[in-house]
Amino acid sequence: MPHPPPLRPGAPRPPGPSPAGRDLLLETTERGLYCAAGDFYVDPWMPVDRAVITHAHGDHAHHGSDRYLCSTDGARVLATRLGPGASIEGIDYGTDVSINGVRVSLHPAGHILGSAQIRVEHRGEVWVVSGDYKTEPDRTCRPFEPVRCHTFVTESTFGLPIYRWSPQRDVFAEIAAWWAANAAAGRASVLFAYALGKAQRVLAGVLGSESGPIFTHGAVERLNRDYRRDGVALPATSYAGSEPRGRDWAGSLIVAPPSAAGSAWLRKFAPLSTAFASGWMRIRGARRRRSLDRGFALSDHVDWPSLLASIAATGAERVLVTHGYREPVVRWLLEHGIEAHAVASRWEGEPEGEPAGETDAHEGTSAGGEMETPEEET
Amino acid sequence: MRRFARLFAQLDETTRTNEKVDAMARYFAEADPADAAWAVHFLAGGRPKRLLPARRLAEWAMAEADVPEWLFEESYHAVGDLAEAISLLLPDVVEGSDRPLREWIEDRLLALSGASEETQRAAVIAAWRELGGVERFVWNKLITGGFRVGVSSQLVVRALARATGIEEGVIAHRLTGAWEPTPDAFRALAARDVADADISRPYPFFLAHPLEADLETLGSAGEWQVEWKWDGIRAQLVRRRGQTFLWTRGEELVTDRYPEIAEAAALLPDGTVLDGELMPWRDGKPLPFAQLQRRIGRKSLGAKMLAEVPVVLVVYDLLELGGVDLRGEPMSGRRARLEELLATGPLRARFVVSPLVTGDDWSAVRNAYTGARDRSAEGLMLKRRDSAYGVGRRRGPWWKWKVQPYTADAVMVYAQAGHGRRASLHTDYTFAVWDEGTLVPFAKAYSGLTDEEIRRLDAWIRRNTIEKFGPVRSVRAEQVFELAFEGIQASPRHKSGIAVRFPRILRWRTDKKPEDADTIDTLRALMEAR
Repeated sequence: MPHPPPLRPGAPRPPGPSPAGRDLLLETTERGLYCAAGDFYVDPWMPVDRAVITHAHGDHAHHGSDRYLCSTDGARVLATRLGPGASIEGIDYGTDVSINGVRVSLHPAGHILGSAQIRVEHRGEVWVVSGDYKTEPDRTCRPFEPVRCHTFVTESTFGLPIYRWSPQRDVFAEIAAWWAANAAAGRASVLFAYALGKAQRVLAGVLGSESGPIFTHGAVERLNRDYRRDGVALPATSYAGSEPRGRDWAGSLIVAPPSAAGSAWLRKFAPLSTAFASGWMRIRGARRRRSLDRGFALSDHVDWPSLLASIAATGAERVLVTHGYREPVVRWLLEHGIEAHAVASRWEGEPEGEPAGETDAHEGTSAGGEMETPEEET
Repeated sequence: MRRFARLFAQLDETTRTNEKVDAMARYFAEADPADAAWAVHFLAGGRPKRLLPARRLAEWAMAEADVPEWLFEESYHAVGDLAEAISLLLPDVVEGSDRPLREWIEDRLLALSGASEETQRAAVIAAWRELGGVERFVWNKLITGGFRVGVSSQLVVRALARATGIEEGVIAHRLTGAWEPTPDAFRALAARDVADADISRPYPFFLAHPLEADLETLGSAGEWQVEWKWDGIRAQLVRRRGQTFLWTRGEELVTDRYPEIAEAAALLPDGTVLDGELMPWRDGKPLPFAQLQRRIGRKSLGAKMLAEVPVVLVVYDLLELGGVDLRGEPMSGRRARLEELLATGPLRARFVVSPLVTGDDWSAVRNAYTGARDRSAEGLMLKRRDSAYGVGRRRGPWWKWKVQPYTADAVMVYAQAGHGRRASLHTDYTFAVWDEGTLVPFAKAYSGLTDEEIRRLDAWIRRNTIEKFGPVRSVRAEQVFELAFEGIQASPRHKSGIAVRFPRILRWRTDKKPEDADTIDTLRALMEAR
């Protein structure tokens, strides 16, 4: 038997079943979601001429395109992520622009600072691409706004009924209590959170219940700066790398990206307790296999009930499901009389492989070089 | 129940032994003895008899959570644990109750046993509506008999010692045998009079370090006693004041698991302690370890099992004789006394003095090492003739020299998601070798990769899946791994015609292409070379 031909590393999977019937305003191509009528891409994963970006996470904002369009709120963090030289245009939420005769507008997605749903209208047909989104309020970004449309392209990162988030004030209280207990025991608290978005949300969440000083990993600190410049209130933080050697870290909170877990960089904070703030922490095994002391189930994605409610609020007659638990969500919608299709994406955000959208770097191809490795920092 | 669930959460949240022990000690000191008794029971690994089939539990949960079966299955696969999946799917509890653990166990849980299905259903659903969060998870774990907290019974003993101020050895002894989780039994654990525990106490085991240097660096071969290294269960037999205690290295008291050993031990003089290896043994030769595993797996030992898998103690050492601690004497002296003690016929049937590898020089030892596998030994033990029986694992006086495993390069063809802490990551792999251009699966392996490699491989698997069969995926035949295994045997039950023992991953050979993997003929040659 001949060997199957090896798949090129990084080659996209063949696209999933296409929604049949009418003309598609957006279609999946090997570069990403493409609008032929307007000749632009939404969140392409390879360089293109014109990219409309939902938000600055690495699996949505890939570097190398000629022109980027994003929300005004999101322009600064996108620039930080993509690095110098990227041509970025920001438009206010709710403002229309015309791209080759196609009407495009951005609407708050509530995921991170500047995250947007992209509304595309052409010849009376309206599509909305959600990007990543959550409906729970977040002090660091504008709240999600449902947008009516014919076709809704939704993420499904946590598209199973086991995912139901507790109110965030409870989670922030747990984090504050963990920090306080560590401080009392003379330990540092190391909290892993995605450098863009989650880190700032957690920082805003502990504002007013600090048990000590807050230090950050370089990747987090840079984005804190962007957030503050954009008017988001965060507690005072300092870059951990600027602290003198031999410093006593007991009682402090250190916020670092998850990639720092298990690294040599962490050792200097000992004795310490580690925790991860992520929706994946809803599952006990997900925390245990990372050998973390604590897991705080705090997500910037919709949980199952909010996902279904958001889909219903769009009034969409067709739903395309991407990023995550596509098949179960599609099946659920079909069983409830809603036309639904799975859409392949470059990033397979299935459980734990690499949580799409919440991740800082996918298999080492960190978008825009936003990540400093912990080793570089020491 | 709330306090016990909090203890569970504390134990689950830390990997630090000392914090676990502290958390348990605090619980034992504060809890009502009736609750603490049950806590000891479950923490030390006790579990209720099978109360109801898991399937039934799943059906009730689907109805209660209003989730169709297929979605329940998807959820279960994502979580990897039935008790947890159910507790996550059920609606949140608005106002829970706080009944004591004793009441939950004795009045609610044990009452499920033998009740009608309808009664069971009503009771379980009532519990689900009363218990929130961690409590519901713990309850589900208890009724499915899968309650595990990552503490050994040894840690429970240490925590009880810390809480009561009684010595660990005494607590361990008091907990052995048929300990009933009653308030009186819990209070008795803390009793001051400690005379009861002394006679059972074993000595700490002395352990060997792996040999890393050349034999020649050890000096003259004549200074060393060389024995086969057996693959059984290391154990100490204690015979004092007319009573027998058989302890494993895990300090588990297993006297009643080996009635033939206990019976023969009655012939030993009082005040004798032997160190050896429990081995399945017939006609002067070891049986495969798998045979012993069959026996270990049994709840009760029938006459048939005892006849099929007879066990002996291969005795390495004599630690106490006539009530005198001999550990300070040289190995050679202890060995001579051991041979004398076990010279008589009836004792020799069950107590086999560990055979020596004889020879005057290192080349003889090296030859024995090469032939170790033919004797079903896993290598050699080297002990200085003048060595005392020490404590713990130390370099110098004793060395173990294990045979190298077999290895082969194989291609991954299937992957499956793991369970528990590996749920929803693909961690169980099937490997194949070439047979005239076709890949024939021959081994499954679960371990050997780092967490980072597992995650990377998982991402690769998701992108290179050919087909899904439930939780199993067939993947593109591209990834090559170097596997190690201990034994290899012809097996008509396997498609490849070959069965390997203890297969594990040595290395992910990213430098190799699938066509570089080994062939079935290479494996057959290993088998014939034995």
